[in-house]
Amino acid sequence: MKNRVKTVKVDYLARVEGEGALYIKVKGNEVLDVKFKIFEAPRFFEAFLRGRKYYEVPDITARICGICPIAYQMSSVHAFEDVFGAKVDGPLRELRRFIYCGEWIESHALHAFLLHAPDFLGYDDAIRMAKDHPDIVKKALIVKKIGNDIMARLGGREIHPVSVCVGGFYKVPTKRQMEALREDLKKGMDLSVELLRWVADLKFPDFEQDYEFVSLRHPDEYPFNEGRIVSNKGLDIQIREYEDNFVEEHIPYTNALHSYIKGRGSYMVGPLARINLNYDKLWDLTKDTLKSVGFKVPCRNPFKSIIARCAEMLYSFEEALRIINEYKEPNGPRIDYEIKAGRGFGCTEAPRGALYHRYDVAADGTVLSAKIVPPTAQNQKRMEDDLRAMAPSVMKLPYEKAVWRFEQAVRNYDPCISCATHFLKLEVEHS
Amino acid sequence: MARKIPKIAVYKFASCDGCQLSIVDLEDELLEIGQRFEIAYFMEVTRAVKKGPYDVGLVEGSISTPHDVELIKSIRKDCKKLVAIGACATAGGIQALRNWASVEEFSKYVYAKPEYIQTLEKSSPISEYVQVDLELRGCPVNKYQLLEVLSALLAGRKPNTPTYSVCMECKRKGNVCVTVAKGIPCLGPVVQAGCGALCPTYSRGCYGCFGPMESPNVKSLASKFIELGMDKKDIVLMFREFTGWSKEFREVDRLIEE
Repeated sequence: MKNRVKTVKVDYLARVEGEGALYIKVKGNEVLDVKFKIFEAPRFFEAFLRGRKYYEVPDITARICGICPIAYQMSSVHAFEDVFGAKVDGPLRELRRFIYCGEWIESHALHAFLLHAPDFLGYDDAIRMAKDHPDIVKKALIVKKIGNDIMARLGGREIHPVSVCVGGFYKVPTKRQMEALREDLKKGMDLSVELLRWVADLKFPDFEQDYEFVSLRHPDEYPFNEGRIVSNKGLDIQIREYEDNFVEEHIPYTNALHSYIKGRGSYMVGPLARINLNYDKLWDLTKDTLKSVGFKVPCRNPFKSIIARCAEMLYSFEEALRIINEYKEPNGPRIDYEIKAGRGFGCTEAPRGALYHRYDVAADGTVLSAKIVPPTAQNQKRMEDDLRAMAPSVMKLPYEKAVWRFEQAVRNYDPCISCATHFLKLEVEHS
Repeated sequence: MARKIPKIAVYKFASCDGCQLSIVDLEDELLEIGQRFEIAYFMEVTRAVKKGPYDVGLVEGSISTPHDVELIKSIRKDCKKLVAIGACATAGGIQALRNWASVEEFSKYVYAKPEYIQTLEKSSPISEYVQVDLELRGCPVNKYQLLEVLSALLAGRKPNTPTYSVCMECKRKGNVCVTVAKGIPCLGPVVQAGCGALCPTYSRGCYGCFGPMESPNVKSLASKFIELGMDKKDIVLMFREFTGWSKEFREVDRLIEE
């Protein structure tokens, strides 16, 4: 009986963005098989970007993900600015951080409270959770709405905003338009303190791993758009060196491309990685709130990523308010640049982690090649490693509970399968 | 008199998730939507699944794999009313750019082992395979139009969504025409309203998220772009973006040459 083979299968994982499945097989304490499968249809972004004009790319890559379009726009515009030798600075740079704050707020609020929190309390979804916890869900929705509002004010709409372009923006807000957001941001900041305290009080499964955390790091700020790529195990490289240090490999049992660090292995990107590597760059209110709830870095429990997510949500409000305070209207919506041939690199911090873009461009601005590595693709190997590590103990739980715990463990990473799919292998074995 | 609460199902095919996310982005209405409808199948939001048949099915995404074809047929059987939402579901989406290329070459370019990729030659709108009761345009859909569709479904009436062009919205907003005043090419004259003339409001040309309006004059607009000094190749690119595979925009290259 003891060494009976047990399997857990989740054919269609809920409360994640996109279509994925889980398969775990255990015999006694031995884990026989772990698969986080992707069955979403490929869309071939890198292929059809060839032949497009560089100025179309931020609009097109935004369509990789409806939850984090700004991340795709930012990584691509930085890559093209790298090719053209353009440096966006001053208020335009600040506005890019500002709109990114909006995306982090809406995406983190969505994930933490509508997709992840129900797992901790045993609800199928946030709408059901709202019946018993109306206050929390409503507060989270208010915060999410303010995040969306930032994106809509700057970009016209929250999903696939239209204002970001190479060199800056198509149109920038006036000082007054920025000021109009102040009251909402203050309210969002207060609510985020409450929400952060609330998530810190959840019951967390006892689980820690010796992770390699990877994120951008910038000398002056919590990272959004610029910096070096660093890890807690000694990695410290320029963005353009990404492909010398990270590789994708075919793993025979999943037919999936997995990212790993050369000579080491899987790694984690996202809020927990960022906060562990950049805690010193957070603003005071976020630090103080984290201190008061007893959150310490480095944190190696992935279930606590929900705390990191809410801390970044709070930080984003602090940062957005700072930007409003210091905002001076720029001389124009974008800087001039000269279109030229070359290769450019961009890596920015999407809500789910580092998002790498690389393009080759012809002298007339036509894209010749494209490579995009989304955060979920980078986390996939790490997700499976987590599942493998927890499987022997989780499998001892009753079947339904075990299934749910595995699902929750995947949701720790806020996987965005629509993003990952255009580059990950499809699982072709349909059971 | 108590009315039966309609069962709603939300499905996803090849897409970015943005259109179903628009439901969740209705922050002020979300909890009420959860009361007015029985959310029977909506994987992005809930792990609870109720069996069909459903009163309403919302479908996001385009049909692009053999598996999709089977699935959409069974979804059609499960749903009394089927609503296609967004540019992927109504025009094939940005991934329909493969429709002018070799999907085999695309697979080889993106995937190290293209033999594992199961995909169709073309990315198609839902209506290519099954009867659709209603189409809501946009990349993404406008969340307030989506709310209008949901309200109309509850009330059993037709939703009030415009079929006229972006130009109408632009004029109503008091925007100065970006094409006439600044010489910026804009698809507004041939594209269906719904976004609130976003791009011209942001000093750029419309890039066609909502697809063709009723009876668009594509040829005339293309010749205006040629007058503005635009390269023919770039004009084709402009039409071939998020709704490029729509019937009215599909043959823009031929229309330009005529």
